[in-house]
Amino acid sequence: MLELVTISTLNGVLYGMLLFLMASGLTLIFSMMGVLNFAHASFYMLGAFFGFQISQIVGFWPAFIVAPVLVGGIGALVERYGLRNVHQHGPVAELLFTFGLYFVIEEVVQMIWGKGPVDYRVPASLDFSAFTAFSTNYPAYKMFELLTAIAIFAVLLAVLTRTRVGLIIQASLTHPHMVAMLGHNVPRVFMLVFGVGTGLAAVAGVIAGPALVTQSNMAGLLGPILFVVVVVGGLGSLSGAFLASLLIGLVQTFAVSVNLSVADVLGGIGVAPPAGGPLSDLWNVTVAQIAPIIPYLLLVLILIFRPTGLMGTREH
Amino acid sequence: MSDVVSGVAKLPARGALSQPGAAAVARLIGPWLALAVAFAVLPAIVTSGSALTMLSLMGIMIVFALSYNMLLGETGLLSFGHAVYYGLGGFLAVHAMNTIIHDALPVPLPMIPLVGGFSGLLFGIIFGSVSTRRAGTAFAMISLGLGELVASSSLILRGFFGGEEGVSTNRTKLLHVFGLNFGPQIQVYYLIAGWCLLSMIAMYALRRTPFGRMCNAVRENAERAQFVGYNPRTLRFIAFSIAGLFAGIAGGLAAINFELVNASEVGAGQSGLVLFAAYIGGIGSFIGPVIGAVLVTWLEVMLSDVTDVWQLYFGLLFIGIVMFAPNGIAGLLIMHAPLWQARAYGSMLRLALAYLVALGPALVLLAGLILLIEMTYHLSVKATEGTTISVFHVTVEAASAIPWVVAAILIAGGFWLFRMTWPVVGAAWHDAFAQARGAGRAK
Amino acid sequence: MISRFSTMFCAVAATVVAALPAAAQDTVKIAYVDPLSGGGASIGEIGLKTYQYLADWTNAHGGIAGHKLEIAAYDNKLNAQETLVQVQKAIDSGIRYITQGNGSAFAAAIEEFVAKYNERNPGKEVLFFNYAAVDPILTNEKCSYWHFRWDANSDIKMTALTNYMKTRANIKKIYLINQDYSFGQSVRKEARAMLNAKRPDIEIVGDEVHPLLKVTDFSPYIAKIKASGADSVITGNWGQDIALLIKAAADAGLQVDWYTYYAGGTGGPTAIKQANLADRVFSIAEGVPNDPYEPAREFEKAFRAKVGVSLFYPRAVNEIRMFVKAADEAKSVEPTKVAAKLDGMNVTVYNGGEGFMRSDDHQFFQPMYISSFGPISKDQPFEEENTGWGWTEKGKIDTKDTMVSTTCKMNRPS
Repeated sequence: MLELVTISTLNGVLYGMLLFLMASGLTLIFSMMGVLNFAHASFYMLGAFFGFQISQIVGFWPAFIVAPVLVGGIGALVERYGLRNVHQHGPVAELLFTFGLYFVIEEVVQMIWGKGPVDYRVPASLDFSAFTAFSTNYPAYKMFELLTAIAIFAVLLAVLTRTRVGLIIQASLTHPHMVAMLGHNVPRVFMLVFGVGTGLAAVAGVIAGPALVTQSNMAGLLGPILFVVVVVGGLGSLSGAFLASLLIGLVQTFAVSVNLSVADVLGGIGVAPPAGGPLSDLWNVTVAQIAPIIPYLLLVLILIFRPTGLMGTREH
Repeated sequence: MSDVVSGVAKLPARGALSQPGAAAVARLIGPWLALAVAFAVLPAIVTSGSALTMLSLMGIMIVFALSYNMLLGETGLLSFGHAVYYGLGGFLAVHAMNTIIHDALPVPLPMIPLVGGFSGLLFGIIFGSVSTRRAGTAFAMISLGLGELVASSSLILRGFFGGEEGVSTNRTKLLHVFGLNFGPQIQVYYLIAGWCLLSMIAMYALRRTPFGRMCNAVRENAERAQFVGYNPRTLRFIAFSIAGLFAGIAGGLAAINFELVNASEVGAGQSGLVLFAAYIGGIGSFIGPVIGAVLVTWLEVMLSDVTDVWQLYFGLLFIGIVMFAPNGIAGLLIMHAPLWQARAYGSMLRLALAYLVALGPALVLLAGLILLIEMTYHLSVKATEGTTISVFHVTVEAASAIPWVVAAILIAGGFWLFRMTWPVVGAAWHDAFAQARGAGRAK
Repeated sequence: MISRFSTMFCAVAATVVAALPAAAQDTVKIAYVDPLSGGGASIGEIGLKTYQYLADWTNAHGGIAGHKLEIAAYDNKLNAQETLVQVQKAIDSGIRYITQGNGSAFAAAIEEFVAKYNERNPGKEVLFFNYAAVDPILTNEKCSYWHFRWDANSDIKMTALTNYMKTRANIKKIYLINQDYSFGQSVRKEARAMLNAKRPDIEIVGDEVHPLLKVTDFSPYIAKIKASGADSVITGNWGQDIALLIKAAADAGLQVDWYTYYAGGTGGPTAIKQANLADRVFSIAEGVPNDPYEPAREFEKAFRAKVGVSLFYPRAVNEIRMFVKAADEAKSVEPTKVAAKLDGMNVTVYNGGEGFMRSDDHQFFQPMYISSFGPISKDQPFEEENTGWGWTEKGKIDTKDTMVSTTCKMNRPS
C-alpha cells in the first residue's frame, strides 16, 4: 500500500510538472493578453518536432536552446501578422483564429513528418536511472523534467513580479491605454509575451517529446487538459496554474491506481445494484476508467461555482 | 435637426406585416415557396450518382448550422460543444425507432425528428441551466468541458451509447404511410427536405420576433439589455434550449439517414465542423449558415477524393475567412447589397469586371500554393510512392527543382500581380458606391 | 479574397474530378475504405499500398476472370457516418466490392449497411471483405452472408494464444491490460475464460482496462503490474497504446513477458528495441516473415523492395487470391456468384498450410503463429523498422486448434 502511494505520488508530481511546463506559457498569454490560445498545444508539438529534427543534426542540448527560440519566433510572427489583425474583429474572431491555427499546424506537421511517431530519444547523457524506489527505477530524465519545470516557474515568477518588464506586462493587461500613454510600446509588449509564451510551450515539447510519443496528434491529446489547468488554476495566476497542474496530475495518477467502482462504494453501504439499462453501466464503472475525464468534470464545476478559479484574480 | 426629423419621418414601415395587401403576403411567403419548389425539383436537376446522398447531408447540415447560428450569430454565445444536442437527439431518435419497431407501435418515420427535437430541447434545458450562467469565454470553456464529458461518458454508458459501434436501426421497419417505406434514398431526401424547410421557416420567424431581437441586443450589449428590462441570463437560457431543439431535429434526421448513431456525433469534431460551417458561411445573417453548410458538406465529401491534405485546406480556408472576411461568404455578398438595392447595375457590372481582373493573379497565386503544398506532402510523407505526382491532371516530378521554381514564381508573381489589382478593385468599388448613392439620392 | 478563390478553386477541381467518366467495363474495382488522413492515416495508407501492390500482382498474373483489378481509395476519416457516406459514394460510382479493416466499429457499420442495401436493392448486391476488424460480433450476432472476414477474430487469436500458453510451464501469474472498448473487453473476457479452462493453475493477478488512445503516461499502470508480481502480461493494445506501454515498462525496468496482438504494428518494433526487451514481446499473427517458406519469403522480399514497408497483412494476400480463385471458378465477377464460391472455400494459405472460409459465419480459419521480437540470425532475412531485430517463430498452432464456435444465424439468399 505504501509502495503504491509513494510511487503514485512521485508519478503524479512528475506528470503534473509536465503539465505545468506546458500550461505556464498558456497562462502567461491568457492572463496577459486575454487571448485564449487554442493553438498553444500546437506550439508545444512544434517544439517537440523541432527539437527532434535539430537533435538529429546537432544533438539534444543545442536543440534544447534553439528549438524554443525558433518556435517563439514563429509565435511572435503569428501575433504580429495574424492575431493583431484579427483583434479588431473581436474576441470571438481571435479565438477562432487560434482554433484554425491549431488545425493548420497539425496538418503542416503531418505533411512534413508524417502521421506516425518519430524516433525522438532521451539523450545519452540523461539515459540512466536516478534512483530506485521500491524496486521501480526512476529515470534521471524525469528528474530533469521536474527540475526544469520548477526552474521555469521560479524564473517566471521573478521576472513578472520583480523586473520592470514584468511590471509593464502586468500593467498592459489591465490598463493598456494608460501604459501606451506612458510611452511604452504596448503592441510590442504583446508580441513579446506571445513569443515567450509559445517558446515556453516549445520548451515543454522539447523535453516531453522523448518521454512521450512524439507524434502529430500530441496537440489534440494534451490540448484540452491544458485549458483545464489554466481555468482551474485561475485566470491570471501563475501560482494557480502550478497548483492546478499538481492537483490534476496527482488526481489522475491516483485515480488510475484506485480500483474502486461505484459498486464497491455504494454496495458497501448496502445499496442494491440496478437491474439493467444505462444505470447498470454506471454501477460498474471504476474510478480508473473515469480517470481521464476527471479534469473535465473539474473544469465544468469550477466554471459554474468559482469561475475565477482556485487562485484567479479576475473573471472573464 | 430637420434632417433628423425628416429622416425619422421617412423611416420605412416595420416589415411587410405592417402593410396590408396581397403584395405583402406574396413578399412574405414568396421566397419560401420558391425554396420549397427548389428543394422539390433539385433531385431532377442534379443527377450525378452521389447527388442524393450529398443533398440529404446538406439538408441535415443546414438545420444544424442554423441552430448553431441561433447561439453564435444571434445571441453571441460561442459554443464548442453544440454537437452534444445533435448527437443526443440522434441517439434518442434511434432508440425510439428501435423501441417502435420492437413493440410495433403505430408511429410513422416522419415523426421521428420530433423525438430528436424533444431530446435536444431536454438536454438543452438541463445543460443550459448550468452553461448559461456565464457568457463569453467562460461559456465557451464550459461548453467545451461539457462536450468532452458527454463524449467521454459514451464509453462508460455503453447501453445508451452502444459503445464504439454505436446504435443502429432499420428505418424501413416502422409504420408505412402512403406506401412509403423510406428504403430508397430519394424518399429519405424528401423527408429531410421537408423537415429542413419547416425548421428554416421556424428559425427565421423566431429571428424576427421580439425574443429574437432581444437576443441580438444581449449579443451587442448585455448590460444595456438589462437596463431595458430583460434578464440576459434568461434570454440566453431560452435561446440555448431552442438551439438545442433544432440541433436535436438535425440529429434525428441524421439518425434516419444513416440508420446509425455513434459517439462521434457528440464529439468535438462534430462541434468543430458546425462551427466551421456557420462561420465560413457568415454568422451575421440568416443565409450565411445555409451557404456555409452547403459548401462545407460538399467540400467534406468531395475534397478527400482530390487530395489527402484536405484538412490543411480546410484550416487555411478557415483562417482566411477569420482574417479577411470575418462576416463569412454571406457577409461578402451582403456587402454588395446596397448596389443591388440602388439598382446600379452598370456599376455592378464594372465591379464584376474589376473582380475578374483580380481573379486572374489570385488564381495563379492559389495554383502556386497548392502546388507547393502537394509537393511538400508527397516528398515528405509519400516519398516511397515515387516522386511523380499529378496536380490538376498535370504530371509533376516533385524531386526535381523545376516545379519548385515554378511554384515559387507562381506564388511570388501571383501575389505581386494580385497586389497590383487591388487599386483597380478599390477604384471600381468607390465608383460603384458613389453611383449607387447618387442614384439613391436621385430617387 | 483568397479564401473565396480557394473555395472556388476547390469547387472547380472537385467538379472536374467528379465529372470524370466512369472506368472501362473490363475493370473490377475494390473500394478500399479506411482512414487516409488524420490520426489513422499511417495505418490506412499502408493497407492501401498493400492492396495496390496485390492488384498489380494480380494483373501481372492473369487478372481476375479476364478482368483487370483496380483499387479505389476512400478516406473514412475514422468516422462511422463518414464511412457510410464513402461506401455510398463507391456504390454510386459502380463499385460492388468493399474492403476495410481498421476499426471494428466501422466494419460493423459497413456490414449492416451492406446487408440493408442488398436487401433493398436485389440484383445490385455488394460484398464486404473484412481484412482486419477482429471483433467477434461481426461473425456472431451481427453476421451476414455478404460479409467475409480474413483476419482471425480476437477469439480465435486468444484460442491460439492460450493453446500456446498451455505448453509454457513458466507462466504462473498473468496480468491483463486492455483498451476499454468492445475489442479490449472481448480480449480480457476470452483470456479469463480460456485460461481458466486450459490452465486453471495460472493466477490472474490483475485485470485492467484503460481509455482507448487517451493515456499518455502508463507508469501508474506499470506500477500496478509490478505490484501484482505478474510474470506475463496479455494485452490487445495497439497503436500508441502498445508503444507507450512498452516504453513505460522499459523506463521502470519491468521484467515480464508480453503476449500481444499488435506489437508488430507500426511503432511497436521501434519501441521494443528502444526498451531493449529482447525476445520478451510475443505477437500472434497469421504469418512470420522469417519463416522458411520460400514462396512467402520471395513475396515478402519483392513487396518490401517495391513498397518499402513490411507486409503487415498476409491475410490481404489470402483475400485477393481467394477472390481471384472464386471469380475464376464462377467465371464471373458478379458478387452473388463470387460469394457462392467463397462460401466454404478451401485454400493453401500464403504461409503454407491449409485454410478455409467457414460457411456458417464466413470466418476464415488458418494456421496461427506465435513469434517473439529480438535479435535475428543470418538465415533470417527480415528485420523491422531499421532496428536490426526481427520476428522469430516460437510456436505454430494448426488450423484445427484455432477453431471457435459461432452463434451466427445466417440469412442465406435462396
